Amino acid sequence: MNARPVLQRLPGIDAAPIAFTLDGVACSGRAGDSVLTAVLTQGEQLRLTEFSASPRAGFCLMGACQDCWMDSVDGRRLRACSTPLEAGMQLLTGRRA
Amino acid sequence: MTTVAIVGAGPAGLRAAAALVQAGLRPVLIDESPRVGGQIYRQPPPPLMRPPAALYGFEAGKASALFARFAALQGQIDHRPQSLVWQIEGRRLHLLQGDRADVLDVDALMLATGATDRVLPFPGWTLPGVYTLGAAQIALKAQATLIGPRVVFAGTGPLLYLVAWQYTQAGGQVQAVLDVAPPDAPRRALPGLLARPGVAAKGAYYLARLRLAGVPLHRGVRLQAAEGEGRVQRLRWQQQGREHATDCDAIGFGHGLRSETQLADLAGCDFDYDTLEQAWLPRRDKAGRSSVAGVYLAGDGAGILGADAAELAGERAALALLQDLGQSVDDSRARALERALQPQRRFREGLETLCPLPADWAAQADDALIVCRCEEVTAGELRACVRDTGTREMNRLKALTRIGMGRCQGRMCATAAARLLAQAAGCTLPEVGRLRGQPPIKPVPIAVLATAAAQATPVPPEERDD
Repeated sequence: MNARPVLQRLPGIDAAPIAFTLDGVACSGRAGDSVLTAVLTQGEQLRLTEFSASPRAGFCLMGACQDCWMDSVDGRRLRACSTPLEAGMQLLTGRRA
Repeated sequence: MTTVAIVGAGPAGLRAAAALVQAGLRPVLIDESPRVGGQIYRQPPPPLMRPPAALYGFEAGKASALFARFAALQGQIDHRPQSLVWQIEGRRLHLLQGDRADVLDVDALMLATGATDRVLPFPGWTLPGVYTLGAAQIALKAQATLIGPRVVFAGTGPLLYLVAWQYTQAGGQVQAVLDVAPPDAPRRALPGLLARPGVAAKGAYYLARLRLAGVPLHRGVRLQAAEGEGRVQRLRWQQQGREHATDCDAIGFGHGLRSETQLADLAGCDFDYDTLEQAWLPRRDKAGRSSVAGVYLAGDGAGILGADAAELAGERAALALLQDLGQSVDDSRARALERALQPQRRFREGLETLCPLPADWAAQADDALIVCRCEEVTAGELRACVRDTGTREMNRLKALTRIGMGRCQGRMCATAAARLLAQAAGCTLPEVGRLRGQPPIKPVPIAVLATAAAQATPVPPEERDD
């Protein structure tokens, strides 16, 4: 992915890697990550809006604004800021390849 | 067996729980987060844990004391983490616990629901990379990440300088801190701020450290627009009529906090317009009793006073609850807590002078500005509705434009929408009223609603209307 990540990890924290896919591409997050953290340390967006297909990347990070609901390949919808990353998640951002 | 539920495991809820346990009760402590602490003392998941001083700075001692208090309650409370109260019908709470529906019938209810950032939007605020100040802090505290790498902090309120300092300390590239408050605000706010000299000194410390670190600090700023292709790339702003632009990869902004009052509304509490917060708040007496018997209010969810006041108010409201249950309580302790809350209120008045909401925000907002993030309703659409229909009331505006009807239920847009309505209709903020709370207050799966319907108390045959 050539996008510049929105989130940068602090150095010096050693947590186990967790494998997931983002728009079909194999990625690695780390133990303790929310879905939002795992995705936005890789890229720039979580979803496209239903109304104008504009990119969004969450807003409040505390489960209040509901702007970070993401799709996954299995049809589940996840609120990215409050859902812990799990190994094998197949997440979709709506981004065109 | 008396069932008492506390909603919210931040400083107010935890202190209330401790006081109830001390009196021999076994409260149910319901919280959306997996770990206690609320947003202010939010705890990272175990793999990302860092020392308290790294997470909470000057407040590390208070955070640790609160967690120790909670640890001492183990086995004496019914703690339900990751649980959402999405509806209240009388004394019945509807819960979503993980992905399971449940109901809880309570004899008394303490609402300690906390706050979210209060935001007045600017064009481009929906771009990826633009977050609330609270979100910027959560990214750091709970996830050990920074928004950026180059970040601008903007808006006003105590969080503005605190988060900027925390980012600077953590290695963030803070490009500027842009305060929309007028330059003479600190001088005018000083008398109120001196009600809590220790807290005021901390604020001065953050400012001094930011200056020492070479972070550009500007006051009297007007935020113009965040711009970028698919991602924020710069923030345009004005100061004394001069245009500026700061390149950045992220923006954290906010204008203080707003109380999370939807559950108080569903519980049937009366609300009053609060001139200090310029918002509708559930009515409470000095002890924390709401207008509904058996429903108590504490912490920022009932009015923004901050974490220290929330601890005091949580314990005070718990004593009121116990007294109303017929228990004898330590009256001198209750008075002492009320006295300790007095300087907190004076300080809050000082803060409002230090960090006022821009009074002309609505008049300056462009028609193209997206007000509702959920459904992309614009300021122009709200104004056109007022013009075409004569609407002067928030719920009518909601019905006609869908403002406040999206997934966030008005949490992010109501502050702005009320101001735009008042401006367009030529009336005052109290006159436009407030959005009524609607269940579910947050999205819940349709299967959960179906379960809840099945659990609903059946209507007795003689009351059926068929």
